[in-house]
Amino acid sequence: MQNTLVTESENDRILEGERELVAEIVAGNHERYYELIAPIERRVYYTAYAILRTEADAEEVSQEAILKGFRGLRTFRGEARFSSWLLSIVANEARMRLRQRREVSLELLKSPDNEDEYTPIELADWREIAVEALAQKELAAHLEEALEALPEIYREVLILRDIDGFTIAETSAALEISVPAVKTRLLRARLMARDYFVSRSWAGHLGLGKA
Amino acid sequence: MITLSCEEVRREISNYLDDDMPPSMRRLLETHLEQCRKCAVLLDSTHNVLVLLADEQRFELPAGFSIRVREMLAKEFEKAKR
Repeated sequence: MQNTLVTESENDRILEGERELVAEIVAGNHERYYELIAPIERRVYYTAYAILRTEADAEEVSQEAILKGFRGLRTFRGEARFSSWLLSIVANEARMRLRQRREVSLELLKSPDNEDEYTPIELADWREIAVEALAQKELAAHLEEALEALPEIYREVLILRDIDGFTIAETSAALEISVPAVKTRLLRARLMARDYFVSRSWAGHLGLGKA
Repeated sequence: MITLSCEEVRREISNYLDDDMPPSMRRLLETHLEQCRKCAVLLDSTHNVLVLLADEQRFELPAGFSIRVREMLAKEFEKAKR
């Protein structure tokens, strides 16, 4: 959704700028690597945290991925944004770490049955539910909770696509699953996240995006 | 005229939000949404959850995170120079 805000010509200009910057860094002006990292630090950390769920691991993986990005900068082709490239590295590293840490059984990684059978909670009108005046902080905590509540395979697609702004194709590449699988999981993940809010009577928040 | 069931609309909600469907499907879906309050609410509320999720301002970095990243990179740059 974030991607639609950038027009194609703007995107080309950004890509061109990034390619020039990368070439300069690779040629020896290393300090300029900060310029690539600074705008996406939050997303780097958050992607790692969203997958790993512990601050210490998230920071370690963030650092490793940023380092890996620097060392592998020569291989960055500049066909996609640097942010997508680096965030894919972060997602990969985080998932590898998760596997090591939890020794996740194959069971967990397998798709559950009836992946596309999901019935969202019915709601006549969310504005009819009493609006709780919650502070931004509480709202952030609720979002964390909602993400936490999602099964891993749904959390991952939601984070990459809807928080990091990956395209469907980028999400598919980062998670090594097919495009149709991304779409199926995304539908389920979005409806589940939405239901988490609805079922907690925080539905007042769902009106926030509206005028 | 062909119409969509609520079930079919629900299955397409994610693609609709991603603007990932043929125009003919889009028209069918929008016709349904105009007439079905239930599906319109589902779409709006789901969309709004995504708006909340995408708001980067809510992400807080651990204290000192940026400084530690810079220190780590400074060491790496030193190494790369040699």
